[in-house]
Amino acid sequence: MAFASRLLVGAVGLALVATGCGSTSTAPEAEGSTSADCAAFSAYGKHDGKKVSVYSPIRDAEADLFQQNWKPFEKCTGMKITYEGTGEFEAQIQVRSDGGTPPDLAFFPQPGLLARFAKAGKLKPAPAEVKTLAEEGWSKDWLNYGTVDGAFYAAPLGASVKSFVWYSPKTFQEKGWKVPTTWDELMTLTETIAAGGLKPWCAGIESGEATGWPATDWIEDVILRELGPEEYDRWVAHELKFNDPKVVAAVDKVGAILKNDKYVNGGYGPVKSIASTAFQEGGVPITTGKCAMHRQASFYANFWPEGTKVAQDGDVFAFYLPGKDASSKPVLGAGEFVAAFTDRPEVKAFQRYLATAEHANARMKLGTYVSARKGVDLANAQNPIDKLSMEMLGDPATVFRFDGSDLMPAAVGSGSFWKGMTDWINGKDTRTVLDYIDASWPPS
Amino acid sequence: MTSVRASLSSRTASLVALLIAVLWTTPTFGLLLSSFRQEDQIKSTGWWTFFSAPELTLENYQEVLFGASSSSGQLASFLINSIVITVPSVLFPLAFGSFAAYALAWLPFRGRDWIYIGIFALQVVPLQMALVPLLSFFSQGVEVFGLHLLPAWNLEGTGRFVQVWFAHTCFGLPLSIFLLHNFMSELPGELMEAARSDGATHGMIFRRIVLPLVAPALASLAIFQFLWVWNDLLVGLIFAGGTAESAPMTVRLAQMAGTRGNEWQRLTAGAFVSVIIPLVVFLSMQRYFVRGLLAGSVKG
Repeated sequence: MAFASRLLVGAVGLALVATGCGSTSTAPEAEGSTSADCAAFSAYGKHDGKKVSVYSPIRDAEADLFQQNWKPFEKCTGMKITYEGTGEFEAQIQVRSDGGTPPDLAFFPQPGLLARFAKAGKLKPAPAEVKTLAEEGWSKDWLNYGTVDGAFYAAPLGASVKSFVWYSPKTFQEKGWKVPTTWDELMTLTETIAAGGLKPWCAGIESGEATGWPATDWIEDVILRELGPEEYDRWVAHELKFNDPKVVAAVDKVGAILKNDKYVNGGYGPVKSIASTAFQEGGVPITTGKCAMHRQASFYANFWPEGTKVAQDGDVFAFYLPGKDASSKPVLGAGEFVAAFTDRPEVKAFQRYLATAEHANARMKLGTYVSARKGVDLANAQNPIDKLSMEMLGDPATVFRFDGSDLMPAAVGSGSFWKGMTDWINGKDTRTVLDYIDASWPPS
Repeated sequence: MTSVRASLSSRTASLVALLIAVLWTTPTFGLLLSSFRQEDQIKSTGWWTFFSAPELTLENYQEVLFGASSSSGQLASFLINSIVITVPSVLFPLAFGSFAAYALAWLPFRGRDWIYIGIFALQVVPLQMALVPLLSFFSQGVEVFGLHLLPAWNLEGTGRFVQVWFAHTCFGLPLSIFLLHNFMSELPGELMEAARSDGATHGMIFRRIVLPLVAPALASLAIFQFLWVWNDLLVGLIFAGGTAESAPMTVRLAQMAGTRGNEWQRLTAGAFVSVIIPLVVFLSMQRYFVRGLLAGSVKG
């Protein structure tokens, strides 16, 4: 034991030394901005030595891009922005706020959580300039999610589109399959592929504590299509019950795909393998030709194995999960909202900058980013899927709805809904599962 | 009794123990092996496939420890933060705990037992309950009926280390007082009496007689507290924040997998980096650990 452990320590220590030798640090420095560049930021004033803290659920590479993007702004206005990304945003923001140390700005990923803080009087309503910018920049659907009890609190920031089906353009071309534009066409295509001996769909809903969420997205997408945006809103607000016959029918429509052994789970096995497949790996069999389609959000572009080309003419790409007919275009998505806990001048100035199209454009130039803001230049999109997402979000015919589980009370939206859907995949029948979820809705 | 002992030290028992040990270590071994594999291999095949196609790389460690952008680890600097947090957070409760334990065990004063029971009872209070009050204690000071008793601390940046030390010390004190008190009260009273009749003060008794005698208990307590502080995420996250200035390594580890967990291969190497220092501490203090485990639990 002692010897083995010592050997282990030695080995790891050696590894440290070895890696140390090979390390070359080349931090990507923000390009030095001259005073001429600062003209664009003159409207935000000078805030020398002032600090603005930002709290956000975005971390790692994406967070780096944000910080890099803010460098010129910091330089020109003289303020310093401290960014903090966390995986426990929902719980931590509550603790911070209760403990009297809230951040200046927070990027809320869930409008429901935002509303709770706004109602508790913790948030400052957005300054008039931010409101004007937001009204010119985002559609009414988006603005609604930043508005609580008639007061506008938060302008949207980034966005992601969930209504995507990933596929292999190459395979589709080889086999002569066409990208479907209506739900019926989608089901016909599914049947055709299955008849050819290939399981058309693959899915994975395992995600640690959050296991089940990809299935809830499926359900939301179909409810949005089947019942329409108004009914969807009622369902999210629990005015339409979870076990309503209309909801049952919509869920069964998903079941026709996800609970059919002929249609799933390409590359993995029978229906039940969906529950044990990590969502990160859910669509990977498309690259090996063992599965044809995988419904997942735009961010799935980051999960393909290295070397996979994501493009219209590449190895994988995505098409819009069709609506009932070709004319209706409901889009399910998600995004962040910038809300302020304080209203110091420098905080307001930064809040204003975040709501501009310039910010979105500059951010897009640095790396993958999707914004639903009008006035963003699609030429700045770093990859085809971002471009497609923004085209969809920018389309005036598009009806945007936020991911429902992020709007529901946490007990349901990040609790019984996830769990119920996992049970459903594991074999429980629709009715029982929906009864269970409905019963778990907290009384208000 | 002897039959139990005999059966526990038999050859079969040893074999079973060995088997359990191997079984228990296998996942850790797999993780270690994974940490030396390439990203796409980690994600596509199990670690056991290593044996059919052995190929090792230090890429993960390189990325996790010295990655230049904050998206790729930088664990080296967070490692320093963790050490800065841990050392005082271990020493303070040890020091205060041993003073308090000595006073409670050997200084006769009224209400001594009640204080001791009170401290003992404090162990039952979950620290989660104290997070928000403690946070507002730091950020707003103490105010009772409009009377400002203590000002806000207003700590920022590296100053937040003080908050973490303070929090860990508070949370660690009840157990350390309890443990050390039990250990100290077992010491023979004749020793103290002899010392006192030779003219020793309490300070001298504490330093020259008591401290050397309770060294094993101190060491084991130090290990407990060290492991707890080192592995702690919650207290660090709340009181040190998540910025590179003051956050411990655990906070960084939790962020490292990316917003959507798509970089989880980094966790393999990250886990082993974070385990090195506890391992070194444990191995160098192993002797005390086993001896000290029984501290305060067995009488006579």
